[in-house]
Amino acid sequence: MSTSTFQLRSRFRTITDHAVTVLAVVATILVIVPLAVIFAELIYKGVSSLNWDFFTKVPVPEGETGGGMANAIVGSAILLGLASCIGIPIGIGSGVYLAEFGRGTKLANAVRFTADVLNGVPSIVMGVTAYALIVAPHVSFLPFLGHFSALSGGVALGIMMIPTVCRSTEEMLLMVPHAVREAALGLGVPNWRSVLSITVKTASPGIITGCMLAFARVAGETAPLLFTALGNQFWSTSLNEPIAALPLQIFIYANSPYEDQRRMAWAGALVLIVLIVLAVSLVRYVTSRGVLKGNS
Amino acid sequence: MDSTLPEIRIHQSQTEPAPEPEPAVAAAAALEHSAIRRYLLARGNSAFADRLFKTLMLLCALSIFVIVALIAYQLIDKSQLTWAQSGLKFFYTAVKDPVTGQPQYWDPVNGNFSAIPFIYGTLVSSFLSLLFAVPLAIGVAIFLTEMCPRFLRGPLAFLTELLAAIPSIIYGLWAVFVLVPLLREYVNPALVKTLGWTGFFTDDNPTGLGYMATGIILAIMILPIISSLTREVMTAVPHSQREAVLALGATRWEMIRMGVLRNARIGIVGAVILGLGRALGETMAVTMVIGNTPEVHKSLLANGASMASVIANEFAEATSDLHRSALVEIGLALFVVTIIVNAIAQLLVWAVTRGTPSQAH
Repeated sequence: MSTSTFQLRSRFRTITDHAVTVLAVVATILVIVPLAVIFAELIYKGVSSLNWDFFTKVPVPEGETGGGMANAIVGSAILLGLASCIGIPIGIGSGVYLAEFGRGTKLANAVRFTADVLNGVPSIVMGVTAYALIVAPHVSFLPFLGHFSALSGGVALGIMMIPTVCRSTEEMLLMVPHAVREAALGLGVPNWRSVLSITVKTASPGIITGCMLAFARVAGETAPLLFTALGNQFWSTSLNEPIAALPLQIFIYANSPYEDQRRMAWAGALVLIVLIVLAVSLVRYVTSRGVLKGNS
Repeated sequence: MDSTLPEIRIHQSQTEPAPEPEPAVAAAAALEHSAIRRYLLARGNSAFADRLFKTLMLLCALSIFVIVALIAYQLIDKSQLTWAQSGLKFFYTAVKDPVTGQPQYWDPVNGNFSAIPFIYGTLVSSFLSLLFAVPLAIGVAIFLTEMCPRFLRGPLAFLTELLAAIPSIIYGLWAVFVLVPLLREYVNPALVKTLGWTGFFTDDNPTGLGYMATGIILAIMILPIISSLTREVMTAVPHSQREAVLALGATRWEMIRMGVLRNARIGIVGAVILGLGRALGETMAVTMVIGNTPEVHKSLLANGASMASVIANEFAEATSDLHRSALVEIGLALFVVTIIVNAIAQLLVWAVTRGTPSQAH
């Protein structure tokens, strides 16, 4: 009697075990499927609508066919360049402070926490702030400010890069062994020189990883650009004018009733994702071969 | 200069061995400067450069405070108008239409603004997304940490990370052209037929947009974050815990349940809350599929609007200062809520992974 209940229980436990295994496998497949579907759709629709014009022409008026997104690609490049100029130096600087000067201090903990807070701020809120700071008419007495411009979009994106760059720089610097720093200082190298040429240089593959991740993250951001860079249907490379950006152009075309513009939206999405996947893969390649392995 | 250096060193080592010079002698030596010291001084004093460098780095770090403070200040300052007009009531009351008795939540023409439909939309879509994403994410994390053959682990982890790298605009594009038609043609009619009696699924929205579509696309978007963090806290559980449970004769599932999940549960809750924070603030994909009507519906298949989506849609073309200030106030609410949610999540995840090296892969 007791043996049979025991056997029953044992069988029940085995069945539960198998069921959970199956469930976990199914969950994994369910997660991988959307990814595969999204990529298949992107490649299928994107490749079929990509052509040379896409990279060389500017958008045509609604309803006409043809044209391209050359201005949006260049615009994105300008915006991202501007964002990197703002985000990467400040991010690396604050990371260096956290790892080299502020270790264990209350200030460093506060900075770290604030960086995490900044990382969690929704991108749309960042857009509103950039609007209020740079675009809103009440600051128009200052040069470059008071109207929609590439500058404001770059600033919004740059601020979004800071926390990612800062935290990954700090993590990478903490992985540099102390002996390296001591060796440099023991040779009489000034501290600033030792930090820049020894510590940061040793950790540079990891820091580059962080920068690329931040770059990949803001490359696809649309919300902060909606009311800063605004988008532009014409050719513009001026920092002082509204500028086109790839994600913005995708957003505009995705809502379009014209088949030709939807086609362009897919092509733009494909270009964007190829750029981002390239960046992420490059990062993985660098980290897997770099001096400092691990954390990504 | 290079040729003189070796001599100086010898000279130095010969003259130095006066082990403890008298204070007066030491002062004299300091005045005279040893040859090495002269050499170093000639190269410039690094103390100034060091201090400058440290100050620069400190300024970079402090700029993060400044940025967050600026965001908070701008949001508070630019929402003054609405705050002065309706105060906290902005978040829980709405003007009723005198003729029909219907609440008028969002009426830029007459200047009536209330955040109710947007808060409702954000909450409903985020809750739906958690409902879909959490079981799947934990399943994936269990599979990847406890069951997966070693050769699959790297590629699968990479794939889930790739999901996180896709920008939200592309999710939105995919949702508009693939997911929404799918829901419209097949899923929504089936839901209405089988679960229509609950009142949560009515077929009065022929577009396929709405809370349901938003919930699904948000679930796909927050899945990678939840699953990678869950994976991290699960790998942080020491192996001895697993071995102890297995030694008692547990099956693999019992080992996972008692040895791993039980120890990692706080961190998993933290991961889920972090995912919630992402879902609350997500903008572009939501804007593209939620339908953008400032109304409150019980039906999950109805059109709605979220806090982020209304800002994205109306901010650039706001008709009046009051309108704009109402939008900024919604942004402020979003900012405060995401800060609180993220802080809680960080603390929870930190409580679990503290002290153990992070080993996500």
